[in-house]
Amino acid sequence: MSSVMNSVANGTMTNTDLLQIDNLGKRFGGFVALENIALSVAAGERLGLIGPNGSGKSTLVNCICGTLKNEQGAVRFDGRKLDGLEAHQRTRLGLARSFQLPRPFVSLSLADNIRIPLLYTVAARGTIHSAREVEDRCHHLLGEVGLEAKAQRLPRDLTQVEMRKLELARAMAAQPKLLIADEAMAGLTHSEIEEILTLLSRLNDQGVTIILIEHIMRAVMSFSRRLVVLVSGKKIADGAPDAVMRDPEVERAYLG
Amino acid sequence: MRTPTFLLICLAIAAAVFAGSIAIGNDYVFFAGYVILQYVVLSTAWNILGGYCGYVNFGTAAFFALGAYSTVAIYKLIGDNELPHVIPIPVLMLVGGAVSAVVGLGMGYLTLRLRGAFFSIATLALAVVLETLVVNWDYVGGSRGAYVIRPEELPLIGSYIRYLFLMMMLLAVAAISIARLIEHSRLGYGFATIRDDELAAEASGVPTLRLKLIATTLSGALMGMAGAPFPYYIGYLQPDSTFGLDYAVNSIAMPLIGGTTTWIGPLIGTLLLGSLQQVATVTISSAVNLLIVGFLLVFFVIVAPNGIVGLVYSYWQRKPEEFVGRRHVDADAPGPVP
Repeated sequence: MSSVMNSVANGTMTNTDLLQIDNLGKRFGGFVALENIALSVAAGERLGLIGPNGSGKSTLVNCICGTLKNEQGAVRFDGRKLDGLEAHQRTRLGLARSFQLPRPFVSLSLADNIRIPLLYTVAARGTIHSAREVEDRCHHLLGEVGLEAKAQRLPRDLTQVEMRKLELARAMAAQPKLLIADEAMAGLTHSEIEEILTLLSRLNDQGVTIILIEHIMRAVMSFSRRLVVLVSGKKIADGAPDAVMRDPEVERAYLG
Repeated sequence: MRTPTFLLICLAIAAAVFAGSIAIGNDYVFFAGYVILQYVVLSTAWNILGGYCGYVNFGTAAFFALGAYSTVAIYKLIGDNELPHVIPIPVLMLVGGAVSAVVGLGMGYLTLRLRGAFFSIATLALAVVLETLVVNWDYVGGSRGAYVIRPEELPLIGSYIRYLFLMMMLLAVAAISIARLIEHSRLGYGFATIRDDELAAEASGVPTLRLKLIATTLSGALMGMAGAPFPYYIGYLQPDSTFGLDYAVNSIAMPLIGGTTTWIGPLIGTLLLGSLQQVATVTISSAVNLLIVGFLLVFFVIVAPNGIVGLVYSYWQRKPEEFVGRRHVDADAPGPVP
């Protein structure tokens, strides 16, 4: 099988790789959503993941995070095989995500929304010791995304951009090593996009590896240090953003 | 308020109610009160899965009947001889609770991949399957039913119904305390995330399947415990009535009327609806009970969709849901994750 050879060549693992995906495949019935995806992400990277609608970006995220089970291939994270682990176990290992459409806990206040990953992920790792500490971190995290004044409000009182910030804050609360931001900026204005990008950059400076999935090219190009392109479930390009954008195959995929 | 303080207050109220009922001097108060207390346990138990986690269980009667038939099985096992064959009610409750807990856990494993109406239908099916089993199981009376002879008098307390009433009262206190403890703990937060969005819950590190199994087991166990003394209360146990629709309907209606997101909702709903039914049984007819439930449900769905608790809070501060949002973790340390 030539595809296997291909993936081995692309997915060479170095000892600093945080995430390593080998030969990953996922199908829905007869539809092949992902085919032989190989991808390595080193610790501290800022990776942009782009592709047309339906190219398999979200499916890839779901396979990495355990929401979907991949039939083929393997995902390794921080030196551990993730196959067979539930989504919550992967979160505890340091793999956090935000959802494409914000999915807040609608009956809980913003502070309680943040409290959930603190109680169930951070506390489970044994790094939080008191209710006071949980309380402090809730407010600190809400402060970081500028939502502290609304700590006791419910998610339905939020604007679109605030909702996305809450989504990010909740993912950040789990203290991840790798954060996957799935279209965190769709539908936002320029200044709002800047806000989110600043937030992500600050997080990356603190040592969190970030995979940014985005349609807004301006945002992707300004944030990413490396760009991966998915088209029809296949990885067609991987490299420096400028070089990737000049790739004729990528141009063809985007411009038809 | 800390849990021990809360428990003491509950016990004080329970003692006052018991003393008050004795003071009335008519044992019928105990017969009527027992049913209301039984529903306090059933609706509180239902609410742990239905209200906190958002999984609507139509199988209350199944768990209740499991508790009741566990008692019948034990009664038959010991035999109708002249020995003082009455096992203490708390022991029967523990056995009935254990049987129901196991079935609750099993039901959870089988059905919790189903959401919404599909889960509810599966619980309904469980009730039908169990009823069929009991009807065809001669040892516990089959379709003929089973007689359980209760002792006339007990030392200290007096008539046996007083003893049953007292035991059910203690179980109600325990159930309410457990529900309140859950609500203010990490487990309660986890349950709320399951109600809101399971995918997001998993992404936040909540082990949703394990939490749901805890909820079905606990909920089932409490329902079974409520059913265990029932054969001694009713004297003649029959599958038709033990698996009756009333239990499922009432244990859903009561939390809905009271309010599903807090421990006090099912309590208020039960005291209101349960008392009303008891009064109607005496003054009009017992057949009117389900009619009352129907009318009240329609009324509350229109006027107060968040139940009485939601109504009170919206009057008080015009933001009913904020009440839910302002819960705090009771424990000092987060402790091990369940």
